[in-house]
Amino acid sequence: MSSDQLSLIFAALADPTRRAILARLAAGVASVKQLSAPFAMSGPAVSKHLRVLERAGLVARSRERQLRPRRLKPGPLKKVADWAESYRRFWEPSFQRLDAYLHQLKETEKKHGHRS
Amino acid sequence: MGTAAKLGVTSYTTPSDREVVITRVVDAPRELVWKVWTSPEHIPRWLVGPPGWTMPVCEMDLRPGGKWRYVWRQGDGTEMTLSGLVREVVPPSRLVTTERWGPEWPETLNTMALTEAEGLTTITLTVLYPSKDARDAALQTGMKEGMEAGFARLDALLRSLVEGN
Repeated sequence: MSSDQLSLIFAALADPTRRAILARLAAGVASVKQLSAPFAMSGPAVSKHLRVLERAGLVARSRERQLRPRRLKPGPLKKVADWAESYRRFWEPSFQRLDAYLHQLKETEKKHGHRS
Repeated sequence: MGTAAKLGVTSYTTPSDREVVITRVVDAPRELVWKVWTSPEHIPRWLVGPPGWTMPVCEMDLRPGGKWRYVWRQGDGTEMTLSGLVREVVPPSRLVTTERWGPEWPETLNTMALTEAEGLTTITLTVLYPSKDARDAALQTGMKEGMEAGFARLDALLRSLVEGN
């Protein structure tokens, strides 16, 4: 996967509405109208988000029917998941320990005054 | 990229073909984060990766040209060593090091930057690979080691994307 494609995917995932659309499509195909319903958004606004997702290769439209329901294309998302996973596996638990450790050190400093 | 980092959420981006940038905001002043990040007394207390890992060896000669070496021991007893040289030390804001997993791995240039605002410290880690191919190869190897469940993880990713924000 090229860096440009990764950038398009990250940009697409940066928006909470688009993530919600992907989560909805992960549950099954949906028309633009069905996708608009939970978001209190107009069809054109949702279509705009869908275009961003399509450009990133994350969503495809079925051509066979008039409603042209959208479906999730998990391939690129899986690549990002794989990509991030190798870092996440190491850093996520480490950062959680760091949070807890910093908290513990701050508490100790509070109790005993500032240490060197 | 573009989105402000939030407390407790790690962001991963690729600003160029050769870089990976990891950002995390912690609830502590910069001086404390610097100390915990750079001192062998503190590093093994938190930089331990997945559950079951420990860091029995932690050496850090914190000056330009100084050597550093971390050894992790996994649950099954296998060990993993990461080592390199210190290039630049600017307490409490910037640490530049080289890093290598072993002779067959590409050497990366790692920059750790700390900025503080309103008591919160933003940690920005930039890993610069010698080439795009080296980065992709390293990521793919990391994936092979870490990935079997594939789509189960995709589901987990989607959930975290939705719930974490």
